[in-house]
Amino acid sequence: MQYEAVIGLEVHVQLKTKSKMFCGCATEFGGSPNTQVCPVCLGYPGVLPVMNEEAVSKTIRTGLMIGSKVAGFSKWDRKSYFYPDMPKNYQISQYDLPLCAEGAVEIKLDGGKTKAIGVTRAHLEEDVAKSTHFETTSGVDFNRAGVPLMEVVSEPDMRSPEEAFAYITALKEILVSGGISDCDMEKGQLRCDSNVSVRPIGQKEFGEKVEIKNMNTISGVRRALAYEIQRQTAALQKGEKVSQETRRWDDAAGRTFVMRTKEYAHDYRYFPDPDLMPVVVSEEMIAAARKLLPELPEAKRQRFIKQYGLPEYDAGVLVADTALAGYYEKAAVASKNPKAISNWVMTELLGKLSEAKRTIGECAIQPEHLTELVALVDGGQISGKIGKEVFAEMFDSGKSPGLIVKEKGLVQVSDTGALEGFVNEAIAKSPKSVADFKAGNEGAINFLKGQVMKLSKGKANPQLVGEILQRKLRGG
Amino acid sequence: MSLHTLTIHQLREKLRRGNVSAREATQSLLDRIQSVDGKLKAYLWLDAEDALAQADAIDRSGIAKNGKLLGGVPVAIKDVINVEGQPCTCASKILKGHTSVYDAFVVQRLREAGAILLGRTNMDEFAMGSSTENSSWGITHNPWDLERIPGGSSGGSAAAVAADEAFAALGSDTGGSIRQPASLCGCVGFKPTYGRVSRYGLVAFASSLDQVGPFTKDVADGALMLRVLAGHDPHDTTSVPQPVPDYTAGLGKGVKGLRIGLPKEYFIDGMDREVEAAVRAAIKKLQDLGAEIVEISLPHTDYAVAVYYLIATAEASANLARFDGVRYGARVTGEDVIDMYGKTRGAGFGPEVKRRIILGTYALSAGYHDAYYVRAQKVRTLIRQDFEKAFERCDVIVTPTSPEVAFRIGEKTDDPLKMYLCDIFTISVNLAGICGVSLPCGFTNDPRLPIGLQVLGKPFGEETVLGVAHAYEQATEWHKARPNL
Ligand SMILES: [Zn+2]
Repeated sequence: MQYEAVIGLEVHVQLKTKSKMFCGCATEFGGSPNTQVCPVCLGYPGVLPVMNEEAVSKTIRTGLMIGSKVAGFSKWDRKSYFYPDMPKNYQISQYDLPLCAEGAVEIKLDGGKTKAIGVTRAHLEEDVAKSTHFETTSGVDFNRAGVPLMEVVSEPDMRSPEEAFAYITALKEILVSGGISDCDMEKGQLRCDSNVSVRPIGQKEFGEKVEIKNMNTISGVRRALAYEIQRQTAALQKGEKVSQETRRWDDAAGRTFVMRTKEYAHDYRYFPDPDLMPVVVSEEMIAAARKLLPELPEAKRQRFIKQYGLPEYDAGVLVADTALAGYYEKAAVASKNPKAISNWVMTELLGKLSEAKRTIGECAIQPEHLTELVALVDGGQISGKIGKEVFAEMFDSGKSPGLIVKEKGLVQVSDTGALEGFVNEAIAKSPKSVADFKAGNEGAINFLKGQVMKLSKGKANPQLVGEILQRKLRGG
Repeated sequence: MSLHTLTIHQLREKLRRGNVSAREATQSLLDRIQSVDGKLKAYLWLDAEDALAQADAIDRSGIAKNGKLLGGVPVAIKDVINVEGQPCTCASKILKGHTSVYDAFVVQRLREAGAILLGRTNMDEFAMGSSTENSSWGITHNPWDLERIPGGSSGGSAAAVAADEAFAALGSDTGGSIRQPASLCGCVGFKPTYGRVSRYGLVAFASSLDQVGPFTKDVADGALMLRVLAGHDPHDTTSVPQPVPDYTAGLGKGVKGLRIGLPKEYFIDGMDREVEAAVRAAIKKLQDLGAEIVEISLPHTDYAVAVYYLIATAEASANLARFDGVRYGARVTGEDVIDMYGKTRGAGFGPEVKRRIILGTYALSAGYHDAYYVRAQKVRTLIRQDFEKAFERCDVIVTPTSPEVAFRIGEKTDDPLKMYLCDIFTISVNLAGICGVSLPCGFTNDPRLPIGLQVLGKPFGEETVLGVAHAYEQATEWHKARPNL
């Protein structure tokens, strides 16, 4: 029998806000433990929460970006369970009236097809603290406690780990481009749980659903799902039952382990938080959020292809990173040759960045300098080869290409008199290549060209060198 | 006359004239506490040196002489409200040794008004109770009869004010915890409209019902205290940004032409005869003063106690979850973290608190949530509507504060339900979110114990309530009576 997987994802995203969800503490990542805390986010006796309006507005913006219905009336609920990383032992969340309901994220499949993955809801809550376990004790860092956290719950619309991977990638693109979150998984800004079940192809009912937690990277999600689908399928094939439970993914071991079974499922005892007024979302709030909507990645990709004449692949790579797309566009919009800008970014720039382990934000080259470099090459002031040399210098020093060319005397030699001298010298030094060429081996001319470039220290205009060589060798 | 027997307005007059200093006023209270609190045990904590240092600072700054509303006036604080640098245990072992790291909004207001933060008063643990017998630190005695309870949960504050151990005290009222002890101790206790006073810094029992309010020796002092405490606080989003009237200036208008509603459901069988007689006499007095008496109905009154004990305990079960030994307060170590929670909470909470946490947890549990919590919320709406309809026909409602006077220590401790019925006339007010005051309206004969009259007003109708209470008080002598200690 053939089986298919049914996958739904719950993605938790830390919102990019200055202060926490219900107090004034900073949200920056990486502070010393328990330095970004106050009585409110430590759950001291007598404190009260005050809602962060910016977090609400960013959630509304997310809703608009994925085509959700934004609720006119939403509220806060307490979700109760005991855990040391929960300062109040309840989490302020949204239970039955989330800010955003229904929506979809489009994913790209192999062969250029697309598929819409439904989004059930997106709601706001407060993040919990971070526990660290030492040999005999545990420590809790409450810096993270209370950071605005948006939970985006998908419909069980995915059928393979690849689709799940594509969904998270697409959602991440949307959130980053919208300025909602930086979605840095290493910093825990995007975390993901999954529900997965397996059923015989053709069967309508879902199989028993298993929840997987602790998948810390997008590729980890893919591996965990692949493992779990295989585990469940094998069980069904053996005639065993899959039991409804929560399992933990162990990336090092490459398998999932039971965390808790259905009998031990939490009863969260949700009820409306009496400390917070309901959220009434006005038309004005929605209109304000709409004004801040960015161009969606897919729309931007299409525009790049059309406006800058880029191949689909290039446009896709550029758009996948909002900051990179912004960088490219700054350089391209001022250039006569946006395609060449893309070539530089795609090969030289991305290569150098990954070599240096830097992000585009940390790049020393100003976009306008890249525009200038392309103009120098296209205008024949320097050769492409010298261009690469100049680029490397730009990458290290941040200087403008014009300045580098001037300082190093790299202006291309197009003076035919000077070039003829180099050509004569090369011909004199390489009688064998000359003979080969004359014997019909056209390729031999490249060796001579190389010699000329060497003699000119790379500054000779390669096109002119070719012409002069042809004339000299044929004309003899 | 000793300073400690003065009301706030009398003391302020002397301070303003420079006849007495804040230090003298504070020292007078400290002497009084020294001589009687051994019998009453109204205070849990007091730092005489610190209180005198605060008084000296106020004397030096001249605040006592200028127009500040409470300049140089010592005020006692119920042990459930945070005062930075002072202990705050909520009379619970689980917060033993806990020191507040910040000021409650109402405490900031007191400081700004020039008050001296005198000490911490006893209460039922986490404000759960009607007799102050549920305190982990011992019982407070009623100043009129030391064998009897002072009421609760703010029993320490009520006893302190009634016994001239404080000019005023703060309490909190979730189901009657200010009004009922004020009634049983013979002082004035005001419960403001929900949202009138910020809850920031009040350790929550039931967030949708809790309000902070004052205990005072007379109604004028209550108006003064309320003027200091009331107002919007951005840190409490349930506090309402509505202007605060000058409650003191609003007094003295009388009751002529005002319609006073008597809910027929509140004059019930089984009410103490002397209580009923005193309240009926008070109503007659108000009528003589020119008020019109109208009979009204609050038909859902019978459900109030049940609704209250579902909603209040449900909220409390979550509010008290934070006391787990992880970040502050007492900790009992265990095998693992779950074991530590169990042992810490098992040792830290008293039986009444445990009973209510279990009841509230049950009311919110899957399978029972709709039948209990959701239904209770629906009935709460009906109770609120009862009052809305009633207030179409009257300006204030007058009732007994409590169906009986102070009972003997230990008399009801074995029967929680009997204890819960002490709040039968006060509970609906919190469910409806309206305001109310209890003030003295007589005594039983033998033993001589105070009886309280409750005056209830519309949401944000504090001025009217204070006006009626003041008119009655000025026409009677009850508020001048003091216990013999
Ligand atoms: Zn904080």
